[in-house]
Amino acid sequence: MNRLLSSEFVYNYRRNIPAVLGSVLVLVFAFLAIIGPFLVWQDPYDVSQLELMDSFKPPVWLEGGDPRYLLGTDGQGRDVLASIIYGARISAFIGLAAMICSCVIGTTLGLMSGYYGGTLDAVIMRIADIQLSFPSMLIALFLMSAFGNGIGMILIALTAVGWVVYARTVRGSTLGEIQKEYIQAARVAGLSDAQIIRRHVLPNVLTPLIVVSTIQVGSFILIEASLSFLGVGVPITEPSLGLLVKEGFDVLFSGIWWTSAFPGLFIMFLVFGINLFGDFLRDELNPRLR
Amino acid sequence: MTQPVLEVRNLVKAFSIGGGFFDRLQIGGGKLIAPEKVLNAVNGVSLSIAPGEVLALVGESGCGKSTVAKTVARIHAPTSGEIHIDGTEVSSLDQKELRPFRRKLQMIFQDPYASLNPRQRIKDIVIEPMRAQSDRKMSGRELDAEAIKLLGRVGLNAEQANRYPHQFSGGQRQRIGIARALSVRPKVIIADEPVSALDVSIQAQILNLMMDLRDEFGLSYLFVSHDLSVVHHIADRIAVMYLGFMVETASRDQLFANPRHPYTQALLSAAPSVDKSLRKPEVEIAGEVPSALNLPSGCCFRTRCPLAFSRCAVERPALRPQPGGGSVACHLHDPAPEAFTS
Repeated sequence: MNRLLSSEFVYNYRRNIPAVLGSVLVLVFAFLAIIGPFLVWQDPYDVSQLELMDSFKPPVWLEGGDPRYLLGTDGQGRDVLASIIYGARISAFIGLAAMICSCVIGTTLGLMSGYYGGTLDAVIMRIADIQLSFPSMLIALFLMSAFGNGIGMILIALTAVGWVVYARTVRGSTLGEIQKEYIQAARVAGLSDAQIIRRHVLPNVLTPLIVVSTIQVGSFILIEASLSFLGVGVPITEPSLGLLVKEGFDVLFSGIWWTSAFPGLFIMFLVFGINLFGDFLRDELNPRLR
Repeated sequence: MTQPVLEVRNLVKAFSIGGGFFDRLQIGGGKLIAPEKVLNAVNGVSLSIAPGEVLALVGESGCGKSTVAKTVARIHAPTSGEIHIDGTEVSSLDQKELRPFRRKLQMIFQDPYASLNPRQRIKDIVIEPMRAQSDRKMSGRELDAEAIKLLGRVGLNAEQANRYPHQFSGGQRQRIGIARALSVRPKVIIADEPVSALDVSIQAQILNLMMDLRDEFGLSYLFVSHDLSVVHHIADRIAVMYLGFMVETASRDQLFANPRHPYTQALLSAAPSVDKSLRKPEVEIAGEVPSALNLPSGCCFRTRCPLAFSRCAVERPALRPQPGGGSVACHLHDPAPEAFTS
């Protein structure tokens, strides 16, 4: 532990204000998402706890605000803060789960592509090229509208969009690693291709994946929010942050801005924090920039 | 005569370069063609190593000596030719079928910084061949004990077994590489320029270690090097390569005392020597090594050979045994056929 604290990594981290800011933001949001439901008094999706009389209360610091509802309420009398905390859990879950799915699939394809080369490589990389020539939003939108919505479907759509980044990153690092003599040494040692990939190539291509994964979580949360805003994302029973913005947007022009603005701000700071930390990791872990 | 532990016959390795089918596609003679570009790295090399013998393979950079080493170790698949390890032909076996033979033939690599996986502890590096090749499942403790024993033999201590490669110097890393090669008790070790990346002061230590291990474990070495002083120190027999061809083989003393191929003569005279009595008369060669993409006709060395004559451009000289031992691939050392005697 002491060695970790005195390491160069920690030293650089402490001196990098955006990185500290970013990770603090991420930690606060993670904290809220995990234990937040115990902090707020209302479960916004338990109808018995809702008071229709309390609908469209403004935030507490405005005239007519109610101290029970810090950030105001929506049309059903739901506390906006409570909705955000519940929504953040769903958004964060989707972002992380989609990252893990696309990481596993993309890394596997990238390893095979880089290690075996040849036709397999050509096929995988041409599919990736075709995929990259469309905006990822468009592909996700198409898949969601064609095959219906739901959290499972969102994960499939985000994975279909996100594997390419992993496959390309891993393929690039793999091509560099397999030139090195320790791979040849493993071959002489009698290891099979699968063993060489698992024990030698994979551990040495992981570092860039940490960076990619951080950035990907942020972008998945954004894509999911956009899909939900457009009405093809999560169902109304499992509202994510994007859906909250959409719900609030309907009443935005009647002067009730808080129901959409606060979830929107929350998404912004969450993704901002993730990206700040991701940038720091990229600078720190990418040996080419040193 | 005892059976050679390693015998290679007419080994050929050609690399296809120029990329995939679409990269090579071009229009030639009004038609779409995709010409194959081939780099002839090794063109019919034969060698054999007796038990306990050290055969050095020398030649300048790019002459294919490392390719020979890596093809014999089956890192590359040979294009044609035979590789016999302890009497068994292995050139067409796949990785799984090769495993029992890998136990007899191991390799030490050139670059001690690239030949160890940076994410593995050195004890895991050392036991990897053992773990991959042993018939029975060995327990973790057994493997650890073996690793520490091997590391101890090459001059590293037990506390260092849990460290990672970056915590070691180049010489120490090469010792780790040697321990790895030794772990399955091979009969032959292929050493691909094992000391060329090390400081001169460390080179001697590593070479002496290798010679001690040869006596202790009854090893044979195929020792690839471009450094003639290193070769003089370690080799029993020397094979000289030029542009993928073997041009001369001889015992060490014979080769240094009396080089017969013009290329060997040039190579030896180019090597700097402090001792004036050892200096050879200058044989200078001009020009560049021809491209392995486009080999010259006849003798591969004729484009730079000061003694080349008409036959050299027509006929490729074969490696022929010479009176007094060794063999040479040169028309000067061959009773010429009728057509060229006049």
